[in-house]
Amino acid sequence: MANLKIGRLIMRSLFKKPTTKMYPVVAPVWKENTRGHIVVDMDACIFCGICARKCPTDAISVDRETKSWAIQRMLCLQCGCCYEVCPAKCLANAHDYTQPNAEKVTDEYTQSDKVSESGSSPG
Amino acid sequence: MAKRTIIPFGPQHPVLPEPIHLDLVMEDETVVEAIPSIGFIHRGLEKLVEKNEWPEMVYVIERVCGICSFGHGWGYCKTIEGNMGVEVPPRAEYLRTIWAELGRIHSHLLWLGLTADGFGFESLFMHTWKIRETILDIFEETTGGRVIFSICKVGGVRKDISNEKLSEISEIIGNLKVELSELTDVFLNDVSVKNRLVGVGVMTKEEAVEFGAVGPTARASGVDNDVRRDGHGAYGELSFVPIVEAEGDCYARCKVRIREIFQSMNLIRQAVKQIPCGAVSVVVKGNPSGEYVGRMEQPRGEAYYYSKGSGTKFLERIRVRTPTAANIPALVHLLPGCDLADVPMLVLTIDPCISCTER
Amino acid sequence: MIERKDLISDFASIGADELLDAAQDFKGKGYRLGQSCATKIPDGIEVLYSFERDNVIKNLKVTIDDKAPELRSVSAVYGYAFMYENEMHDLFGIKFKDLSLDYGGKFFKIAMETPWNPALVKGGDE
Repeated sequence: MANLKIGRLIMRSLFKKPTTKMYPVVAPVWKENTRGHIVVDMDACIFCGICARKCPTDAISVDRETKSWAIQRMLCLQCGCCYEVCPAKCLANAHDYTQPNAEKVTDEYTQSDKVSESGSSPG
Repeated sequence: MAKRTIIPFGPQHPVLPEPIHLDLVMEDETVVEAIPSIGFIHRGLEKLVEKNEWPEMVYVIERVCGICSFGHGWGYCKTIEGNMGVEVPPRAEYLRTIWAELGRIHSHLLWLGLTADGFGFESLFMHTWKIRETILDIFEETTGGRVIFSICKVGGVRKDISNEKLSEISEIIGNLKVELSELTDVFLNDVSVKNRLVGVGVMTKEEAVEFGAVGPTARASGVDNDVRRDGHGAYGELSFVPIVEAEGDCYARCKVRIREIFQSMNLIRQAVKQIPCGAVSVVVKGNPSGEYVGRMEQPRGEAYYYSKGSGTKFLERIRVRTPTAANIPALVHLLPGCDLADVPMLVLTIDPCISCTER
Repeated sequence: MIERKDLISDFASIGADELLDAAQDFKGKGYRLGQSCATKIPDGIEVLYSFERDNVIKNLKVTIDDKAPELRSVSAVYGYAFMYENEMHDLFGIKFKDLSLDYGGKFFKIAMETPWNPALVKGGDE
């Protein structure tokens, strides 16, 4: 035992509660700054398209004519660039992460009736 | 002469987190020649400057590496700031220094864990990564990301850390020091660990210089090079001495990294004590038009950043030379003469990051 | 407070045939080769070599033709330059003479040859 330097640490760990959390059962605690996913307040959006132009991955597309704003969730890398440059401050960060999915999800929002549809697409 | 065999090592190998392929020419159990080949994951990130405007390019450059991402973000900002002659407010420089040192702690802990896993000490690996988790939590609280921070911007940083939060971080770091001391004892004094590390893969000082090794790999061979001493960030106002070991074997490389974790903790506590008040960013006007070569001390070693502006929103060229690119020639020189069983240890102790190297 | 050596920016242009001598000169003075990279400029390719000693960086710039880029390798002086030169060969198509370890275009496994040098791309859309 003299050479097993980690012995004491292991013995102590035996009688301690696990450090890990039972994830789906115990909900994760989001930190104040955690970047999870982008939310949009469509009533405030002015369809300037700056977010779409600045997005490093081109995940956002804005259509002024149909008054719609769409984001490809799987392309978004949560850098926070869009809500930083947004002049109308209609974009914000939400703490929880985008849910994993077998398909690439595009969320489209239009101004008149907030959430209109969500489905798979990018070609 | 014994019969020669070629054993392919990688790109998929249990000890390798990333794809590097080595053709090992063996004579019995001994390596006589090693031919590296990389290039499995060239992503062409540097080419993206043609598509992304320079203020947004920082998000791309950060993603060169998932471990030293803060350092890459800072390095990019530094080369653009040098290009345009922007002066960064002192508080921002201190915050960057604190984050960079936190990044160094988390990178070195990751490395220690991987090395423990590499020589088959699973529980040591788990305990090391448990400590690392605390650092990731600090990152998440202060920047919003656990590995990719998107916090650095040209002209400063995007978020401030309140002074209360800073002293809290300093306290957490103090507690970690106690926890880490226990693991240090295992890494440096345990017989089974020493059996795998002491005297394996010795690189002399002359060899380290000749093959251009950088960072902890070079410092473990007695080469006293540390980019932090050129005075960038807040390093000019903090007191520290680069950690140098003379032996040059795997054990020395391990020791350098452990001692560097304690050094980083010390630097963070110093920086928290000295941090000045004030703004954390300045508004940058205009576009870069000159060129500039900047250097950063990443956890893995010295990295180069070259930017060439064109006077427009789009840069002409951005180039990142990562530490692993400089350490691979040294690794290739180290391998001949060692046992096949030691190859994983040698590859791991230069802390390879192949995705960085290829970008 | 120590002097900010990182703010010094030193670039010098030299001819392609002087490069090896200049590198030898730098090595004699105790400089390390920090990095080297190529940049596509409108009328050719610019190859940059950065040397470092005591935290001061000195850069040498060589401009070569982009249709048939060729340069003498500095790997005879700095052995580890083969990493950078093979990379430049694969991305820009620069042929390096006397390269110490030549991968012959197999350093990076990429889908097309010389992707970053439009002058050499065959059938490309640029």
